[in-house]
Amino acid sequence: MTNDLIHATAAELAAKIHSGEVSSVEVTQAHLDRIAETDGKVNAFLHVDTEGALAQARTVDEAVKAGETVGALAGVPLALKDVMTTEGVPTTVGSKILEGWLPPYDATVTRKLKEAGVVILGKTNMDEFAMGSSTENSAYGPTHNPWDLDRIPGGSGGGSSAALAAYQAPLAIGTDTGGSIRQPGAVTGTVGVKPTYGGVSRYGLVAFSSSLDQAGPCARTVLDAALLHEVIAGYDHMDSTSINAPVPPVVAAAREGLSGDLSGLRIGVVTQFQGEGYQPGVLRSFQAAVSQLKELGAEIADVSCPSFDYALPAYYLIAPSECSSNLARFDAMRYGLRVGDDGTRSTEEVMSLTREAGFGPEVKRRIMIGTYALSSGYYDAYYGSAQKVRTLITQDFAKAFENFDVLISPTTPTTAFKIGERANDPIAMYKADLCTIPANLAGTPAMSVPSGLSDEDGLPVGLQIMAPALQDHRMYRVAAAYEAARGAFGGPSL
Amino acid sequence: MTSLVELMDYDEVIEKYDPVLGLEVHVELHTNTKMFCGCANEFGGEPNTHTCPTCLGLPGSLPVVNGKAVESAIRIGLALNCEIAEWCRFARKNYFYPDMPKNFQTSQYDEPIAFNGWLDVTLDDGEVIRVEIERAHMEEDTGKSLHVGGATGRIHGAEHSLLDYNRAGVPLIEIVTKMIPGTKERAPEVARAYVTALRDLLKALDVSDVRMDQGSLRCDANVSLSPKTTGALGTRTETKNVNSLRSVERAVRFEMTRQAAVLESGGEVIQETRHFDESSGSTSSGRKKETAEDYRYFPEPDLVPIAPSREWVEELRGTLPELPWERRARIQKEWNLTDEVLRDLVNANALDLIEATVVAGAKPDEARSWWVSYLAQQANTRGVELTDLPITPAQVARVIELVNTGALTNKLAREAVNGVLEGEGSPDEVVEKRGLKVVSDDSALEKAVDEALAAQPDVAQKIRDGKVQAAGAIVGAVMKATKGQADAARVREIVLARCS
Repeated sequence: MTNDLIHATAAELAAKIHSGEVSSVEVTQAHLDRIAETDGKVNAFLHVDTEGALAQARTVDEAVKAGETVGALAGVPLALKDVMTTEGVPTTVGSKILEGWLPPYDATVTRKLKEAGVVILGKTNMDEFAMGSSTENSAYGPTHNPWDLDRIPGGSGGGSSAALAAYQAPLAIGTDTGGSIRQPGAVTGTVGVKPTYGGVSRYGLVAFSSSLDQAGPCARTVLDAALLHEVIAGYDHMDSTSINAPVPPVVAAAREGLSGDLSGLRIGVVTQFQGEGYQPGVLRSFQAAVSQLKELGAEIADVSCPSFDYALPAYYLIAPSECSSNLARFDAMRYGLRVGDDGTRSTEEVMSLTREAGFGPEVKRRIMIGTYALSSGYYDAYYGSAQKVRTLITQDFAKAFENFDVLISPTTPTTAFKIGERANDPIAMYKADLCTIPANLAGTPAMSVPSGLSDEDGLPVGLQIMAPALQDHRMYRVAAAYEAARGAFGGPSL
Repeated sequence: MTSLVELMDYDEVIEKYDPVLGLEVHVELHTNTKMFCGCANEFGGEPNTHTCPTCLGLPGSLPVVNGKAVESAIRIGLALNCEIAEWCRFARKNYFYPDMPKNFQTSQYDEPIAFNGWLDVTLDDGEVIRVEIERAHMEEDTGKSLHVGGATGRIHGAEHSLLDYNRAGVPLIEIVTKMIPGTKERAPEVARAYVTALRDLLKALDVSDVRMDQGSLRCDANVSLSPKTTGALGTRTETKNVNSLRSVERAVRFEMTRQAAVLESGGEVIQETRHFDESSGSTSSGRKKETAEDYRYFPEPDLVPIAPSREWVEELRGTLPELPWERRARIQKEWNLTDEVLRDLVNANALDLIEATVVAGAKPDEARSWWVSYLAQQANTRGVELTDLPITPAQVARVIELVNTGALTNKLAREAVNGVLEGEGSPDEVVEKRGLKVVSDDSALEKAVDEALAAQPDVAQKIRDGKVQAAGAIVGAVMKATKGQADAARVREIVLARCS
């Protein structure tokens, strides 16, 4: 029974809970038990909110018993990335500098989840301030990939994706600044969606890079991701960059996709994202996916987006620049860590000692890069040029979407690498996000759906699907159709 | 400390140098809520009670622009004859300071909402100087630091500091002039007159409390000296903490004499922020800028650009009230005032009061006469501003009305005003309570006149002999006897009739 509950999809669990077949408390307890049993090995969670989760589950059970109408995912457990504020529940963003901070307010995403009756199991591990591609930059130890505990689960949202792969939760929330939802999804064999920028409110999302950060749904199936997408998306007056437009009909699109017919759909294969540096097994998995999409009736052709070659360097100027400013507020004056305040030191010294002790090496590296890039005399050459590249990338997307409904590529150049393998080589680490970054720079939606396992190492591979802004539903339709055609590919044994 | 500063005689400064001014004025808007959140925008309050995640800069919080503040900024820009940007953005000004919750200030940098304007400023002698406006931009205020345990209340020597974020995020408009050259010996006066004109303008627009003492209007004065021999621009200093109109003038004048002395002794003026001290009237070195400040400005990614439609801008232009100079021109014409009289009224801060008195029914010269003579005297005696006297223009109008209907003599009217100033109530209440009444009963007056004539037979004889001017002594005696409650003109008529 417990086994069934933890392996079920969110849609199945919701149906069972709402029909009274099982209670949300049973489902929630099954997942809490699974976390207790496996998280010593995986380290997906930074904080498990047992009481809060069970209380929410009881509330849903009572509503169901009373015959009230409940939300589509009411009673279903979820793992929340520790970048989202949760009132009265620790929010560390994977950093020592926020250790022990209890936010006085809920992020809009948190609030929407609670209002929808979703059960928040706890907060998941992440690279500190979402800076990283392996979760090794967490101040609280790395998360391990359930498919191979010696390997990384991707990052920054490795905790959320690993929790899905380890059957600790059927749903999770991630945030994606350069690939932090999609790349962990790809290397853990799970689905991860970065919605259109502005599609999901950023209020309460602790900022890394404001113009790139976007929260999105993570799940084991495309339909589950779509159901969660509709819970968290929508205009929010608390976020000026939130789009005041109807939420794209992603659930309907996912259901439509399950029919398996993609006749007439035009799919472009981005030529920049293959060849040298790509693991052969990843490319073979990608080619197999292309063949399957053809069989579903899609018309597929190559498309060149030359500016995508400059996406990675542009990203590593824009994101650090914004982060150098966003992270300035962590100064020991109001909340979080405070070091050196022994009555003898000046404010500046306490600020400096706190930041020295509270931030990890990758965060410091990016603050320094960003500070430099914004400096007077360098601004035009670095931040300014990067913004121009960003415009060119947006134009490349626009041109490609004149001829194609969606674009595809591998999500990552390789499968999960070993923990420690790239820890001392930032450039190699940054390359994990090569294929995912353009969509962040353009603000367009993109997702990763598993394309099975690489034939050479048996590790999961991700297929990336990209759509024009506010056309999120297009990629859900393709992903759902592909997922059905692909079939099951097994799961990790833990 | 300041006594060690060498100063040059002012006349000598003017002989050798041309002062160049630049003025930056920060105005706190009196919107209901803060610039980027829904917290109350109120002066004072228990520390840290007008705060929320956004104005405290808590992790995850985001700003949302206050539309009313944008509207005020545009109206200010229009009143200053500025162009209004069709598209502009906020920018982040990055620097660390504990009273700034995010360690960056959300401001505007190279894309201000209003730019290229001017303001005509009238000096005391009526000369009009056009001050060109570089820009007016929107930003947020910081919190306040309270340094505890030191002697000076400044950070140096303090034991600890307290932070109050009630002011953090209050909407500010920064108005920056272009360089103001050619003011010569009048530079300090021009600086004061500009800030005065700006204050009056902002008041008319009803966008701010414009209280320099509470910091809702703050002025930074940039001053440099250009040697007449070379005409080259000098190094400027920026003087802060200039908290009154008078201080603006004093601070500029002090800096001119200080900088001239520095230059005269072969030294160099250091580009720095200076702090004005009200009590000594001098400036002292503030933050030394050893390295050029690098604020690493970049467009604020948490806010979308502001693109005010031309229709909206024109609509706002239509909401501009009569501006101070337009109003002055109208009043001068309507009341038929000379330039000089108008200027005196403006300088005495009496124009609003007189106009309100006229609106309440008085004639302009009657209203003017009351405010600039008797009431001005009373204000002076009490050591308060004319505007702070506890009498309303409507009450003054009522007193004038009582005089015109003959119910009060001028002397009684002054007594009625005194009663109002003493807090005894409205003019009618004072008249009632104090029993102020013109004695208009002729038989009573005739009796008093006869008594006075009898008491001064020699005077009576003079009047009978045709020396009409001698009647004044008898009128005075009657007025004294009736405690001023008689109509002096009527008394005079009776005196003359009795002696004919």
